[in-house]
Amino acid sequence: MLRHGLDRNVTFWLLTGLAAFVLLPWYGIERGYLDMRWITGGWPFRGSGASGLFAGLERPWLLPHLVFLLLPLAAWGRLKSDPLFSATLLFAGAGGLIWLLLQGFAIGLNGFEWSWLEALFGPQDIRQFGMGYGALFTAAAFLFFLSSGLAARGVVNGDTFVVGSIGFVIAVVGIFIFFPIMKMFIAGLQTDDGSYSLSVFIAKFADRKIWSLACMTGGTRCGVAWNSLFLAVMVGLFSTLLGLVFALVVTRTGFRFGRFLRAMTLLPIITPPFVIGLAIILLFGLSGTVTTTIAGITGMQPTRWVYGFTGVFIAQLLAFTPIAFLVLIGVVEGVSPSMEEAAQTLRAGRWHTFRTVSLPLMRPGLANAFLLGFIESMADFGNPLVLSGNFDVLSTEIFFAIVGAQNDAGRAAVLAMVLLFFTLAAFYLQRFWLGKKSYTTLTGKGDSGHHPLLPKQLRYVLFAIAGVWTVFTLVVYFIIIYGSFVEVWGLKNNLTFNHYVRAFGLSWNEFGLHFSGAAWDSFWTTLQISAISAPLTAAIGLLTAYLLVRQSFAGKQAFEFTTMLSFAVPGTVIGVSYIVAFNVPPIELTGTGLILILSFIFRNMPVGVRAGVASMSQLDKSLDEASLTLGANSWQTFRKIILPLLRPAILAALVYSFVRAMTAISAVIFLVSARYDMATSYIIGRVENNDYGLAIAYSTVLIFVMFAAIGLFQLLVGRRQLGRRFDQSRTNWEAGG
Amino acid sequence: MKIKGNAASVEFEHVTKVYGGMVKAVDDVSFAVAAGTLVTLLGPSGCGKTTTLRMIAGLEMATAGRIVIGGRDVTKLPATDRDVSMVFQSYALFPHMSVQENVSYGLKLSGHSKDEVRERTEAGLALVGLKGYGSRSPSELSGGQQQRVAVARALVLEPEVLLFDEPLSNLDAKLRRQVREEIREIQTSLGLTVVYVTHDQEEALAVSDRIIVMNNAVIAQMGTPRQLYEAPDTAFVADFIGEANILPCVVEDVTDGRAQVRIDGMTVTLAARGVGKGPARLAVRPNRILLAPAAAKSGFTGTLRKATYVGSHWEYSVESAAGNIFAKALDGDDRLTVGGPVAIGFTAEGPVLLPQ
Repeated sequence: MLRHGLDRNVTFWLLTGLAAFVLLPWYGIERGYLDMRWITGGWPFRGSGASGLFAGLERPWLLPHLVFLLLPLAAWGRLKSDPLFSATLLFAGAGGLIWLLLQGFAIGLNGFEWSWLEALFGPQDIRQFGMGYGALFTAAAFLFFLSSGLAARGVVNGDTFVVGSIGFVIAVVGIFIFFPIMKMFIAGLQTDDGSYSLSVFIAKFADRKIWSLACMTGGTRCGVAWNSLFLAVMVGLFSTLLGLVFALVVTRTGFRFGRFLRAMTLLPIITPPFVIGLAIILLFGLSGTVTTTIAGITGMQPTRWVYGFTGVFIAQLLAFTPIAFLVLIGVVEGVSPSMEEAAQTLRAGRWHTFRTVSLPLMRPGLANAFLLGFIESMADFGNPLVLSGNFDVLSTEIFFAIVGAQNDAGRAAVLAMVLLFFTLAAFYLQRFWLGKKSYTTLTGKGDSGHHPLLPKQLRYVLFAIAGVWTVFTLVVYFIIIYGSFVEVWGLKNNLTFNHYVRAFGLSWNEFGLHFSGAAWDSFWTTLQISAISAPLTAAIGLLTAYLLVRQSFAGKQAFEFTTMLSFAVPGTVIGVSYIVAFNVPPIELTGTGLILILSFIFRNMPVGVRAGVASMSQLDKSLDEASLTLGANSWQTFRKIILPLLRPAILAALVYSFVRAMTAISAVIFLVSARYDMATSYIIGRVENNDYGLAIAYSTVLIFVMFAAIGLFQLLVGRRQLGRRFDQSRTNWEAGG
Repeated sequence: MKIKGNAASVEFEHVTKVYGGMVKAVDDVSFAVAAGTLVTLLGPSGCGKTTTLRMIAGLEMATAGRIVIGGRDVTKLPATDRDVSMVFQSYALFPHMSVQENVSYGLKLSGHSKDEVRERTEAGLALVGLKGYGSRSPSELSGGQQQRVAVARALVLEPEVLLFDEPLSNLDAKLRRQVREEIREIQTSLGLTVVYVTHDQEEALAVSDRIIVMNNAVIAQMGTPRQLYEAPDTAFVADFIGEANILPCVVEDVTDGRAQVRIDGMTVTLAARGVGKGPARLAVRPNRILLAPAAAKSGFTGTLRKATYVGSHWEYSVESAAGNIFAKALDGDDRLTVGGPVAIGFTAEGPVLLPQ
């Protein structure tokens, strides 16, 4: 049986690649990908808009791409099962990709990047910029050739869609997570004059500022690594304890307002990470309410006592306790009531049952909550930035190494590595050590019965702790809203709308409605960037989830680990690595809106993956199989069966990636530019200028916008769905904002 | 518009399926299913029957061997490209589509015209007796009706082979008999090739033209229901299809394919089935054992340990020198006393020598 012509998908990508090479500008445009002005700039023959083909007349190293693009024609008329078909495609795809990468890295802004090439060919005076649309689609075509070739070889049952998807996910995760981190590592090795030196690296790494233990021996300061570690351990411990208290109150005390407490778990999602820090300043800062009141009563001089460890600790505890609560409520409910009932029928009293059965069964869950709190605290950037005072931690030190007077990318890279080491170690423990130790059963069947109530005395203690903490949390949020109306906190305590007017003022002028407020620019940018990144995050997350749940292929575990890894990469690390990696060709993105979008996609991707995995594993696999046996291919099955059934998960992924993009600060603060400023970094800027009023007013608006987004989502999907999705997608909540 | 059968044969040639490089789910299995017949894969759970079915569907790929459907080698073809439909144990009706959309799903994908899709869908629903149910959602149907939608959805594609994976296991006992008769009726009237998986031997005996009994990843025996019941090859098959007492015996002589078999002093003459002289084993169905008061001169003797009335018949447990024997009788025998001696005999078509 001889099929004429060429496989349909291969033809499609061959034509796409050719069109891109001949028609689209090969190099990136100065003003970013979203700028379309290249159409008038000599396109496609010369100038900045020149396509690969015409740019290739000046830069002959671009022309081999054409050869690799046309190579699949050699498979003309051959069947998929023909070994020559797969060999041709594999060669064209792999060859093309390798050549594309080689020329991209070898020839940069200043001609040859590698000295041995210069020695071989002599100096090269033609420069090369970052890659643009042409290169992008050409690379996509090569990638597809490669995956088609692999599929024809019988990889993953020869399913082109699945192999292509795996290839795509690996490629983008590689480019936007691994490549930047690698580049950052290399930057750590680099000396000031651009050469590489291990000794310089070791010197930077062993810096006393990082590892000093002086505070233990009576000195003033410890190294930032120890500071971060100590803070993270304390926050992890106490947020776990508080989370456990709340979880026990809700499930084992007969408390009737559990729903109210559960609703409070929404707060950290909709609160920008530094807002709690701001509230702490309003309460305990130099002119804070509490500080001045106490000073007034006792006559003591008000101090900046809250700045430093105490302040950051309180702020992080407020911010992360709901996350621990969310994890632990699943754990506490997951302990099978029948085990506790069994203990009781064996004549154990309530106290004894709790101590010898319930609590030990929760142990892995407690460890999990601790590690999450640990990672959160390590990665948190917003609260230390506004509150840490002289208590330096890693995440803020990284920031100051880049933006400060030092502008030392090498030092930032080294600090980022230390931070990454801590969070990855915690992440590893959480996944591999705890993964095997969970006692909780979540099958949802077979276990009827009730959790026994706790002993009375313990119940009162729990009520007291939970009550105090709830009141404190409410006060903090009240202060934020109230503070947005106060003229100057602590000095002029009259109420005013001034801050809102300054931030979000509207006026009429000759052009009609004019957004005169100072915050509008960054507000619209934030909405726009978040709205663009949310569907992309959901899409790649769900695609990855589909591959993880529904397909089996060699290396799937490693694949899963790498896609979830970005959970453990703190935002500051992503920020630094993106700056280091995407400031120079072949991928030039700094200063564009795209780099923000990309950082959101890859920071939030695990949220989409989690939501997708959770709901997809509840879908009977025979639905897919039925579709396959009815003649649908895996792409049609994905589109017509899985996607429609995943609608709640899709919405959840959309809303959460939107909200998280709105509240993110740690990576964003490195990546914003004058043109693309984001709400959070604008607010931080106001805080640094002591303009607390506007910062708090803006934060309040953000909280309400996100509250509205989540409310809208609840209306769309229904209350119950949210709760479930929410629990599942949040068991491994983000690392830092 | 009528739904036709497009029956094709299915052949397995030395097919092996290995999971994870270690576990052999199906081990060197060969069989042929003639076009237009209903063949059952029968066996205990984990025997490889479902894996075999899924390899016919193309949902699992054979590790080694050849699979041929309708004369075409499909070993490497994925499910999408095979002309095979399957009815799933859970029915796998798409919950976000109406009954009609479910049934027309495969038709739309195979590029039929809109009119043809509609006509065929209606014909399919009519065939399973669900005319007029098209606009309902699957969740509004009873279990039996959902089952029929699943059958219609598979049938309208006029597949070369129709596969059933334990189709009755989610139905209540009374409905099972009815649905299995309907399946058999549709199969014979359309002349379909059907491969049917079940672990229920009664269901298998009732619907099949031929049965393939599998155990531990290999075929234990193939044949018509009658052959398997009357002449099992192994103790496993004898016991799995119907119940059987497996009794040790000695073959004393074989002449002209007839064997002289001695069992605890009693001698019977049976078809030799290739068994030579020496120790061997007999399989005897419980209802083919006759119990009589010990005074009766026929057979060998044992002690009656238990007599249980179960409504339609009596069940007896007898201890004998040949081992424990389980017997059934339609009527109780007042002359037998629990704890007392009984004479054990066989009915005329009673025991079978087991070749293996």
